[in-house]
Amino acid sequence: MKVFEKGKMVPVPSTSIIPERDLGKPPVLECVHLGIEFGGLKAVDDFNLTVGKTEIAGLIGPNGAGKTTVFNLLTKVYTPTHGTIMLDGHDTTGKSTVQISKMGIARTFQNIRLFNNMTVEENVRVGLHNRIKYSTAEGIFRLPRFWTHEKEFHERAMELLSIFDMQDMANIKAGNLPYGAQRRLEIVRALATNPKLLLLDEPAAGMNPNETAELMENIVKIRDSFKIAVLLIEHDMKLVMGICEGICVLNFGRIIAKGTAEEIQNNPEVIKAYLGNNSMEE
Amino acid sequence: MKKLQKSNLQSVSGSALPYIVVVAAFFIVTLLQKSGNLEQHMQGMLVPVCCYIVMALSLNLTVGIMGELSIGHAGFMSLGAFSGVVASQSLIDAVPNTALRLALSIACGACVAAVGGFLIGLPVLRLRGDYLAIVTLAFGEIIRDIITCLIVGHDKNGLHILFNFRGTKTVADLELVEGGLPIIKGAQGAIGTTKISSFGAGVILILIALFIILNFIKSRTGRAVIAIRDNRIAAESVGVEVMKNKMIAFVISTTLAGAAGALYGLNYTSLAADKFDFNKSILVLVFVVLGGLGNMLGSIISATVLTLLPEVLRGFDQYRMLIYAIVLILVMLATNSPKMKALLQKLLQDVKTLLFKAVPKRKSEGEV
Amino acid sequence: MIVFLSHLINGLSLGSVYAIIALGYTMVYGIAKMLNFAHGDVIMVGGYISYILMFNLGMPWWVALLAAMLVCTLLGVLIEGFAYRPLRAAPSLAVLITAIGVSYLLQNSALLIWKSNPKSYPSIIEGSLMLIKGETASDSLSVTYISLMTVGACVIIMVGLTLFTSNTKMGKAMRACSEDKGAAQLMGINVNKTISVTFAIGSALAAVAGVLMCSSYPTLSPTTGSMPGIKAFTAAVFGGIGSIPGAFLGGLLIGLIESFAKAYVSTQLANTIVFAVLIIVLLIRPAGLLGKYVPEKV
Repeated sequence: MKVFEKGKMVPVPSTSIIPERDLGKPPVLECVHLGIEFGGLKAVDDFNLTVGKTEIAGLIGPNGAGKTTVFNLLTKVYTPTHGTIMLDGHDTTGKSTVQISKMGIARTFQNIRLFNNMTVEENVRVGLHNRIKYSTAEGIFRLPRFWTHEKEFHERAMELLSIFDMQDMANIKAGNLPYGAQRRLEIVRALATNPKLLLLDEPAAGMNPNETAELMENIVKIRDSFKIAVLLIEHDMKLVMGICEGICVLNFGRIIAKGTAEEIQNNPEVIKAYLGNNSMEE
Repeated sequence: MKKLQKSNLQSVSGSALPYIVVVAAFFIVTLLQKSGNLEQHMQGMLVPVCCYIVMALSLNLTVGIMGELSIGHAGFMSLGAFSGVVASQSLIDAVPNTALRLALSIACGACVAAVGGFLIGLPVLRLRGDYLAIVTLAFGEIIRDIITCLIVGHDKNGLHILFNFRGTKTVADLELVEGGLPIIKGAQGAIGTTKISSFGAGVILILIALFIILNFIKSRTGRAVIAIRDNRIAAESVGVEVMKNKMIAFVISTTLAGAAGALYGLNYTSLAADKFDFNKSILVLVFVVLGGLGNMLGSIISATVLTLLPEVLRGFDQYRMLIYAIVLILVMLATNSPKMKALLQKLLQDVKTLLFKAVPKRKSEGEV
Repeated sequence: MIVFLSHLINGLSLGSVYAIIALGYTMVYGIAKMLNFAHGDVIMVGGYISYILMFNLGMPWWVALLAAMLVCTLLGVLIEGFAYRPLRAAPSLAVLITAIGVSYLLQNSALLIWKSNPKSYPSIIEGSLMLIKGETASDSLSVTYISLMTVGACVIIMVGLTLFTSNTKMGKAMRACSEDKGAAQLMGINVNKTISVTFAIGSALAAVAGVLMCSSYPTLSPTTGSMPGIKAFTAAVFGGIGSIPGAFLGGLLIGLIESFAKAYVSTQLANTIVFAVLIIVLLIRPAGLLGKYVPEKV
């Protein structure tokens, strides 16, 4: 498992399955020996993952395995103590959360983080912040660029909301939306930043089976129409096994298995991690 | 479709309402003035009320829209006040037209406060919550102390400024030539200022402040600031720069506070730096909170009512500040305590019951 | 050297007063998560009560001190019960404004009862201890008994509070409430009672601070408490608000800085220097000297 040899990077043998259509292209995300310590505790250790250009990948594992921490490392909410993250061939070392967003990673949050006092449309407009620009003075004095660009804001926001058929909700306060709609709005807001890689943290949490089925279709639809990669954390195995091409299993901050849905389902390590040692012995 | 039109109409009238209220108030007060129905001490309150309204609007941008508690806003007001006074007194000969000189002085006060806001914002906006609050308090006190050490005068050779931090210097040390004008005398503050502020200028300043703030809120940067307030981490995750956007809002806020200060400073012949202490910052904060965070019309109304309340209570003289305090506590309890809210609602219901005998019948319907 | 030492003693004495007030501030903040702006005015009330008992009714100083503590304790509990308790679930700004209202209320009530002209407050203990005897007054170094008493009281209170919060049942309840009120309630802790007791302790300390402060700096007026209140709050933040040793350390440091700044830099700019140091410390350590910085959980 050597990665660095005299400063030269040697590709980590990855068991994750990159879809055939992405094979010739450079991967969108490469994590090499990624890790973080909190006061001596290794929350994530030696995390190696490659995600293909248009892959839908899954990150699963028991509670407390460090899945969300991986997302926080990827978006630089936490600064990694070890390893590197390459995004579309660019090193992200030393970048801030804001810069990471500009480089092309967008995310949703496990505990929904919307701008609750803003309307649904305004939430999406904030997502478009770096794609449509005019100066503060142009905004205050209502100069021509304000009007043209605000029109563009509106049109783009509506277009994005139409992914989930949410145009009717545009003027509702985000905090007043039902739970499922809040999760969908987070995805729309993330997509508004024009990402190359979309991170979804438990997108199906709290959804009923019908909503989940619809969400699965939509994730695939988003990948196909935006031509982006999706990395998702999810406990709903039906969703993970249904749409993820490559799956990575995390336990106690370390990867214990990588592979396709079938490989993961039959992996004894994974079964042990989920069900515990005793059940194996029985 | 009909519904959509209606909501559009509402939002237009909603954003125009503050302007309408201000202009209407201006005409009513001018009418009262012209017909001689405005008492002398009320006339004297007109400019201060305008200043406090602009201060409240400005602080509402920081506290209500940006969501950061600032308890040193009077510091920026005093920066504006004293630089405005210096500008005005220095320009007395160069710009004889008072309206133009007032405009220039206000602009000068605003600029100085903007620079001050930027410099102070650099450290302050890095902090969060109560720590940010205490540092704004600290800066407010620092500004006051530094102005107390200033001795400024103007003569035909230009401005003379002394920094009297040992407390040993006086105006004589400025060495003004014949015909020179001392403007700020250390702890005594500005003295011998020519009063040029007017109610009209105050109303124009309020309208400008409203225009800037309301348009700012509904623009790209304003949205970014509100997004940061609502959820900083989510805002960062979609690429919104926290420091830059907060700084823009904070500088706009301090600029307006400086403009209000200049107007205030030029309304008095003498003005000491001690006027702009911690209590003044708190006073403005009370306007903002009682008027409603983020509610500009609310700030205008509460600044007006609370500035005039002690004056109205002048008959009770020594009890007026006590009454003010009690009103403040009761209003906060009534608007924020669930128990008190329920009690008030019950009282209101009882009053209704007394007034309209038909109510009990409806009430039983309501219970079903 | 002698001059330096005398400024050091002044600074320690002033710092101890700040520390005692800051201890009250920090306890109330730690548990109620509110800036109790009325705390400084409780000091003033303590000063007036002890003044009346000692100089109008001729009681011994310790009776006056105890009575002042009793009255302030009651006052603190009453304020908490009537003004702050109904706002437990309200936004923190609403509580802050209410605290400001209470502060105005206390100041203006005092103004009505005791009038605005400052009273001269003779020290509760006269005399001083000669440390270095010199030929002239400027050669000799002495420390007033009241300074010694202030520093002593401050140390005793700090140690007492530390032992109280770590060893007693009520102290543990306080720490639990300050971490998580909901969880504390589920564990059977009476949150309202715990907060009341915290206010009672904080206010009793304010009374002690009031008596000691007025003895060292002998003027008493309805606004006596405001500035020391703000400084003590600064001290609490400086040391890390919510932390008892932090308040002690912060108080002493603020007192020392103020004393030395007055002596060696500028009387006018003493407050500026104190606040400037505070700003610098907060930029380097955003949660104060001994405070714990808790990053937001994502």
